Amino acid sequence: MTAVDMRELLKAKTSEGAQEMLARNEESVRELRNESGGVLRLPEGVALDYSDIDYESPDDETMILNLGPSHPSTHGVLRVMVEIRGEQVLRTKPVIGYLHTGMEKTGEELMYHQGSTNVTRMDYLSPFFNELAFSLSVEKLAGVDVPDRAGWIRMLMCELNRIASHLLWLATNGADLGALNMLVYGWRDRELLLTFFEKVTGLRMNHNYIRPGGVAADLPDGWRDDVNAICDVVLARMDEYDNLLTGQPVLQNRMDGVGALDAATAIGLGLSGPLLRSTGVAYDVRRDFPYLFYEQVDFDVIVGTGGDCWDRYAIRVNEIREAVRIVRQVVKAMPKGDYRAQDKKFTPPPRNRIDESMEALIHHFKLFTQGFRVAPGDAYVPVESARGELGCYIVSDGTSRPYRLHVRAPSFTNLQALAPMARGGFIPDVIACISSIDPVLGDVDR
Amino acid sequence: MSEASGRGPEGGAPDQAAAGSAGTAEEALAGEDQGSPGTGGQQLLHGCPVTEVSGQRSVHIDAKGYLALMEALYRDGFEACMGVTGVDYMDHPGRSLPDGVKPERFEVVAELVSFSRRERLRVRCQVPADDPVVPSLFDLWPGVEAHERETFDMFGVRFADHPDLTRILMPEDWEGHPLRKDYPTGAVPVRFKEVP
Repeated sequence: MTAVDMRELLKAKTSEGAQEMLARNEESVRELRNESGGVLRLPEGVALDYSDIDYESPDDETMILNLGPSHPSTHGVLRVMVEIRGEQVLRTKPVIGYLHTGMEKTGEELMYHQGSTNVTRMDYLSPFFNELAFSLSVEKLAGVDVPDRAGWIRMLMCELNRIASHLLWLATNGADLGALNMLVYGWRDRELLLTFFEKVTGLRMNHNYIRPGGVAADLPDGWRDDVNAICDVVLARMDEYDNLLTGQPVLQNRMDGVGALDAATAIGLGLSGPLLRSTGVAYDVRRDFPYLFYEQVDFDVIVGTGGDCWDRYAIRVNEIREAVRIVRQVVKAMPKGDYRAQDKKFTPPPRNRIDESMEALIHHFKLFTQGFRVAPGDAYVPVESARGELGCYIVSDGTSRPYRLHVRAPSFTNLQALAPMARGGFIPDVIACISSIDPVLGDVDR
Repeated sequence: MSEASGRGPEGGAPDQAAAGSAGTAEEALAGEDQGSPGTGGQQLLHGCPVTEVSGQRSVHIDAKGYLALMEALYRDGFEACMGVTGVDYMDHPGRSLPDGVKPERFEVVAELVSFSRRERLRVRCQVPADDPVVPSLFDLWPGVEAHERETFDMFGVRFADHPDLTRILMPEDWEGHPLRKDYPTGAVPVRFKEVP
């Protein structure tokens, strides 16, 4: 056999045809799927038939999208119904009530000295403000004079609480907009404040510390060092966060011009707090209707101009610095004296007196089983919480329980701003808007 | 507006025209049975008695004159309504009210604020139990929308011309209004929706 024959034989036995690319059959859907990998990615029944795509869908079709109620970006159990056309938001309606526990009805069953335990659970991120509004309202009805030291302690705790609340907002706002590292840092710094709260009140949250007649306990030894250390750390960290967040164009673009409100809309909607101040209306209850000793401290009311998410971010960041400024003045000005009113009608006798005196024991027993009576009438006292005007309206019929207890919750009112803020934007802007309203659902639903 | 401009040529200056339009609100109120104005030397605001308790002023009105009073107060410069709520005075009918105000079972309470004058005013409106309807303030302050829904949800007071008077905190199919005094606590079993 010649070499040529051998070659021919080998060719005939092993050849399976030329190694070339066949002409592509463009009509075959299966071929298209093979090329795009659609078969590998999707099961047979789900795989989209390319010929089914209708590229000319009408533009006027809208769709209702349910956001929440169980979604991390809604800050709790907020459900938002969003009507969208494509990606554009047309209408927004917040649906609330998932956390409604009837705290106003419960408040009618509790005596005045038990009431602050109840209201402190409403806005769980700034509990001192709830207790403060309730206590001031009861004191206005009862006509109690609270000692100066108690008032300054209340101011100290409230401003520290404002820092804690805004730090948590910075954390969750960062997480909502994709700056996930901020989430960890914000919670870390808030922990400093919660540790201090635990040292003073015994609890990290829901303190029941500010009570009608004063506060529950005096400040512990060494509180000045703790507070000064917290102020130093928070100020230093705020400079770090300016580097991390404020200067970042990615974050700025997510907030700048998003969710803009004008002043007339904000006033008409009854907004308060950073939401209202971002539109340029300088309304701050601490300055306009002063309570406690806010007239004696020096602080600025931070206002914005554009009313957008970026302004609200800047306001909250600067309010942390202002709160530190107030706290430092409070530390300097803290007077000596009683931490609660020495009015036998409201204040239980000291613990060691109960062991020695039968009258003190009876007094203690009567105060905690029957409570104290409050003159009939009604009172509404607003305070500037971290979220806006938090007011407590109490109607008294002269018994030891409030006849009606209503809390004007800032989150409840501010949530109405979501619809005008989100209109015309995109779905990710809705998340930015919810975040910049900073609703606490315990406060919304009560 | 047309009324004010109609009075303009007679009054001359535009601020007098504004005063004339405020006067129409008082005339509208004078038609109601508000009692004789100024009896007992009590303070009046737009013809309605004003009480002051521990530095907080309240003006009292009934459901008929409610909207006219609110419009007059809106023109007076109360820019914001901070909230509307209700009170059920079923067990406490003998509360102290000024002369000429007939106590009713329900009260609708609105809290007004003037930012420019740093002034607060509370409006207490008497609402009868047999016909608990008051006009909505939505056209004056849109922010009362949620507050009025909450008051309806909790007390069953209905707000006429409210754009969306539905339950807001309680489930849609809930029966009764929980903050009424005749609504017992603990007597209603917790209801869960059946699984379909």
